[in-house]
Amino acid sequence: MTLLLARARQVGSEVAARHAESVDRDARFPREAFDALKQAKLLGIAVPRAQGGDGAPISDIVAVCHALGQHCGSTAMIFAMHQIQVACVVRHGQDSAWHRKLMERLAGEQLLLASATTEAGVGGDVRSSVCAVERKGKRFTLQKNASVISYGADADGILVTARRAADAPASDQSIVPVLKGEYTLERTSGWDTLGMRGTCSDGFVLRASGDIAQVLPTPYAEISAQTMLPTTHLTWAGVWLGIASDAVSRARAFIRAEARRKPGTTPSGAVRLAETVNLLQFMRANVVAATRDYQRAMEQAEALTALSFAVEMNNVKTGSAQMATQVINHALLVCGLAGYRNDGPYTVTRHLRDAHSAAVMINNDRILANSAGLLLALKDEPELFA
Amino acid sequence: MTTSELGHQIRLVLNEGGTLPVDATTLKDGDDLYAAGLTSHATVNLMLGLEERFDVEFPDRLLRRRTFESIDAISAAVTELLASKKAA
Ligand SMILES: Cc1cc2nc3c(=O)[nH]c(=O)nc-3n(C[C@H](O)[C@H](O)[C@H](O)COP(=O)(O)OP(=O)(O)OC[C@H]3O[C@@H](n4cnc5c(N)ncnc54)[C@H](O)[C@@H]3O)c2cc1C
Repeated sequence: MTLLLARARQVGSEVAARHAESVDRDARFPREAFDALKQAKLLGIAVPRAQGGDGAPISDIVAVCHALGQHCGSTAMIFAMHQIQVACVVRHGQDSAWHRKLMERLAGEQLLLASATTEAGVGGDVRSSVCAVERKGKRFTLQKNASVISYGADADGILVTARRAADAPASDQSIVPVLKGEYTLERTSGWDTLGMRGTCSDGFVLRASGDIAQVLPTPYAEISAQTMLPTTHLTWAGVWLGIASDAVSRARAFIRAEARRKPGTTPSGAVRLAETVNLLQFMRANVVAATRDYQRAMEQAEALTALSFAVEMNNVKTGSAQMATQVINHALLVCGLAGYRNDGPYTVTRHLRDAHSAAVMINNDRILANSAGLLLALKDEPELFA
Repeated sequence: MTTSELGHQIRLVLNEGGTLPVDATTLKDGDDLYAAGLTSHATVNLMLGLEERFDVEFPDRLLRRRTFESIDAISAAVTELLASKKAA
């Protein structure tokens, strides 16, 4: 285990787990967990060493998401969303002094970054924007009707997607980090949902202004395909895997307790548990393989532009989203009423509610439709150990 | 097929599919098609159009950004595919 992961597990089991219930019940920001994550210097781990971070690779980030997901889904999801924003700045801001400075602050001050991609009018289509970066000399202004910004009120900065300029078409987008003090948020909707309640994903009208140098120099189309999309799908999948893993751990504990009560007999739910563990292994293998493939593809920029890579990254999201609820459903059946209760050591109700967000968070059908288009072009069956 | 004939045919495919927001005949052979508005999704339709017109198949290894970045790049890929078809 890496040192980073050990730190994350400690925050997960000692802090996030303790407050998970109240975070969920009250739909409140997991303040205690984030104070602890900041203290443990875990928010800036992906920042390169040159800027004061740990230069953590994607596998470490996904491992931390998985570790936190086992204790508090909302904490893990916020951590994941923050790391996605950090990845965009780190991979596409190296040539810009403003962004290198931001990286130093991410590591040094442990700033928390949120994301405003979703916009009223375009729904989950992250590759088109209504709002635009309005340039005036060296400054810009930006107003976005952002229907969902998770932990918007608690973040230190927000990465906003917008059309590159006032006269740019909807798909010609840029991404701009704006920092606290440079924007105002007018709340337009609340967040009383089935699960992921602690993400506090309220809607806001965001009004920002800043220096043109803040706009990431790479077009969003490229940032999205090469960094944001793969990082999003992998870190989310890590979170969902963590949630599912904990549900399965509870099912295992339930069966062990049964076995101890009636020594010499195999508990009736044991076979169902074996099937559940089998499904979890599928899910895990998918996340691990896709994370390794992304890591490898990052070493040769060309590979990141391959259509087959895009399909693989889509599949890790849709597949994990689907399997998470399936695995937890099985764990629920194993635990029976003890799993169905909202209290007690074997409850998996929060797990199930949190995991149901997976398929709607950038809707699986939207992603499958995207893959369906790409699959019209793909023909080969790749080598097994290519 | 001469290079200019190939370039002409590729422009026809680009225009047929409505792949670009601009008229492909106004583009130079070396112009960046992504800058001209080619999206990764439109490359799928572009590839299908090229396969139909030239009776070739693009293997997966060519399905990446660089293959479609300019009319020159597409010409090179099509030339390669036509040559390997002849050899087969
Ligand atoms: C927990 C959580 C946190 C979030 N946090 C943030 C955040 O911090 N920042 C942010 O910007 N956004 C955030 N989002 C929003 C998220 O990124 C998506 O934009 C949102 O979930 C999609 O919302 P939608 O269902 O209204 O829209 P759509 O994706 O438009 O889906 C609406 C319906 O249309 C269907 N549909 C739409 N397009 C297609 C298509 N092409 N093919 C097939 N079917 C289609 C879908 O199946 C669905 O039934 C969050 C969402 C969740 C669940």
